[in-house]
Amino acid sequence: MKSISEHKDFAVNSANLKHVRTFAREIFQKSDELKNYQEELVLALAEAAQNIVKHAYNGEPSDDTMRIKINHTNDGLLTLELFDKGKAAVPENIKPRNLDDIKAGGLGTFFIGQIMDEVIFKTSKIDWVNHLVLKKQF
Amino acid sequence: MTYKVTEENNIATVFLDGEIDMDVTEKAKEVIIPLIEAGKEVHINLKDVQYIDSSGISVLIESHQKGEEKKTRVVLKEISKSVLKVIMMAKLEQILTIE
Repeated sequence: MKSISEHKDFAVNSANLKHVRTFAREIFQKSDELKNYQEELVLALAEAAQNIVKHAYNGEPSDDTMRIKINHTNDGLLTLELFDKGKAAVPENIKPRNLDDIKAGGLGTFFIGQIMDEVIFKTSKIDWVNHLVLKKQF
Repeated sequence: MTYKVTEENNIATVFLDGEIDMDVTEKAKEVIIPLIEAGKEVHINLKDVQYIDSSGISVLIESHQKGEEKKTRVVLKEISKSVLKVIMMAKLEQILTIE
């Protein structure tokens, strides 16, 4: 199996979410393993990118960029990483929706948790504020 | 996302097409909510929607809730496989009206 490691920067703007999805689909298509889960993986990544636009930048378009990095190693571990320079996330405040509560808020986080095995918030290295790591073992 | 609306008697059918994400949710709501507020039965046809995210699902939830408030039916029709998968992941298939 060929390993994959690619990244791309996108201006923080809701109009760019479709470009994030296109980038992700093109990469997932390169792997037979990932191809079968493509739409779920695209959803998880796009929800995380949407959270950057919506929460780190309060839904306002910005000239700042967010970086999306996709890494798939020979042992089947997929790692999706998102970096941004917006408002620092407070991991304790990020909660998935309570399923008995019929409202939209928190659904994206719930989807990410359903699709991925592990969600890790990191304080970023120099140049970035937030660093989100999503992992799934195939 | 593009859309088309047809009306027959008191039923308005909104045909949505393409990908529904945060960038187009306001547009989708601007089309659907006024029809519900006007007291029409609203059918949302999703056969040509290839992708929906949590923002798109929120439009379906809000439409459903507005329908309950206005005591009119909001029905999801011909849901594409990819949209149904997301509705089921959100465990909304028993809550939203699906035909």
